[in-house]
Amino acid sequence: MSQFAPLFKREFLGYFRSPVAYVFIIIFLLASVGCTFFIGNLYESNQANLSPFFMFLPWLYLVLVPAVGMRLWAEERRSGTIELLFTLPVTTWEAVLSKFVAGWAFLAIALALTFPLVVTVNYLGTPDNGVIFAGYVGSFLMAGSFLAIACLTSAMTKNQVISFILGVIISFFLVLVGWGLFSDILSTFLPTEVVDTIAALGFMPHFLAIVRGVLDMRDLMYFIMVIAAALVLNSIVLENKKAS
Amino acid sequence: MIEVKTLVKQFDSFRAVDEVSFSVPKGQILGFLGPNGAGKSTTMKMITGFLEPTSGTALVDGHDIRTSPLEVKKLIGYLPESAPSYGEMTVCEFLSFIAELRGMTGSAKKEATLKMKDTCFLGGVWHQPIETLSKGYRQRVGFAQALIHDPPVLVLDEPTDGLDPNQKHEVRELIKRMGRDKTIILSTHILEEVEAICERVIIITNGKIVSDATPSDLLTKTRIHNAVTVRFPGELPGKARETLARISGVVDVEETDQASIRCYSEGGQPIIEPIAQAIRENGWSVNQIQNEHGRLDEVFRRVTLGR
Repeated sequence: MSQFAPLFKREFLGYFRSPVAYVFIIIFLLASVGCTFFIGNLYESNQANLSPFFMFLPWLYLVLVPAVGMRLWAEERRSGTIELLFTLPVTTWEAVLSKFVAGWAFLAIALALTFPLVVTVNYLGTPDNGVIFAGYVGSFLMAGSFLAIACLTSAMTKNQVISFILGVIISFFLVLVGWGLFSDILSTFLPTEVVDTIAALGFMPHFLAIVRGVLDMRDLMYFIMVIAAALVLNSIVLENKKAS
Repeated sequence: MIEVKTLVKQFDSFRAVDEVSFSVPKGQILGFLGPNGAGKSTTMKMITGFLEPTSGTALVDGHDIRTSPLEVKKLIGYLPESAPSYGEMTVCEFLSFIAELRGMTGSAKKEATLKMKDTCFLGGVWHQPIETLSKGYRQRVGFAQALIHDPPVLVLDEPTDGLDPNQKHEVRELIKRMGRDKTIILSTHILEEVEAICERVIIITNGKIVSDATPSDLLTKTRIHNAVTVRFPGELPGKARETLARISGVVDVEETDQASIRCYSEGGQPIIEPIAQAIRENGWSVNQIQNEHGRLDEVFRRVTLGR
């Protein structure tokens, strides 16, 4: 893992070398705060918690995270730097992991910048900060899962647009299968156990459980497994391209 | 130093490299020549570990690219075609990054990057983002990146592509200098480049090696090698053609224009002396007698097109 540090550093600082990072952060903050106040009606709900914020986060991430991840491998392939990277003494796994962790760190910064919301609810009332903290943990893990999927779809093509669309579709599917409304529709013609099993594959039940303040190991493991699976597949895709 | 053993690369139905074998001793500069799409780059990509061979393998200093790719990558400095680099980084940042991946830290890293700044003449653009640089500078950055760890083996894919004549000259001098103690494989389709710097030339076409020789040996294989062109003032003397054709060792004569005639040599033997003698004996006045050398482009066309 000796190569991890320089690779991580390049990837991470790379976000701030282009204006894209700042644009992303601004859009993310405007959209998340906007949803919280105007659609989630944080004030009118008269409750000192951040559940309106966390409710909209999966949908926001669904579009924004694939946008962050789409260039990761696609751009390396398009510009030919992937040839440089993989002829340096770097293993595929080191490269995959460093790209992912750098992207995740970037998303963590964007998430952390929503702290004024925490300050606001604490000013207005006395929220359960433990629950808010759990919500942030869940959001961070979910962001990682979206990102790992975006990394994977980015490795599959050299076209960023295709990579973005694939990323959104896969992520949308994972959000949808666990979404209450979708489960309701399924339960009209499927037995409850089947519906629950399908729902458990999606992000929502796990995310909502964490956001409610229940830090269950199984929910945390779910996201970690999604990330691990996507990154392993990512390595396999890259290795296969070498051999094809 | 480099041993390529029946290397094959199959892309779906297309066989890009077909049982290529050769070995390069330490310190040799090997030129890889061939038309576009002949398999030069693919072969290099397999030696450098970017692509996996379909079958066969290559050894670099005894390390097998299949079983110990990282060891091989440490020994090789590679300049990929069109010198890709991370455009948003400055030259200094980029070379530091490469140095770190090459395992250098602290003062060793600093020393290595500064050395590259001098060797590759990057002083003027040191703190500029690479994407703002001209093609020539980007190529130099690519060179610097390949050389930074002072590797015993260099693999250069079209190193002078896109450079102006002065830069080409500079790069060739640099390669020649490095060739004293490094093993170098370079691909090109510029024939003069091969003549200028390579000690050995492998011509590859349709994925197969069709010729493996020194540049001077290749030249002797052409029809024009040691042919003699005689230029007369004004017009050809009446009997010049048949007189010259009768000289032993001359296999064919050809009027290249109104006032000059070219005698082809049989088997590339020198024939300039008997021709000069014939000119003296006939009392012809001539402007110029020229002993021709082989031309690589002719060899190239012959072996790659099978003519």
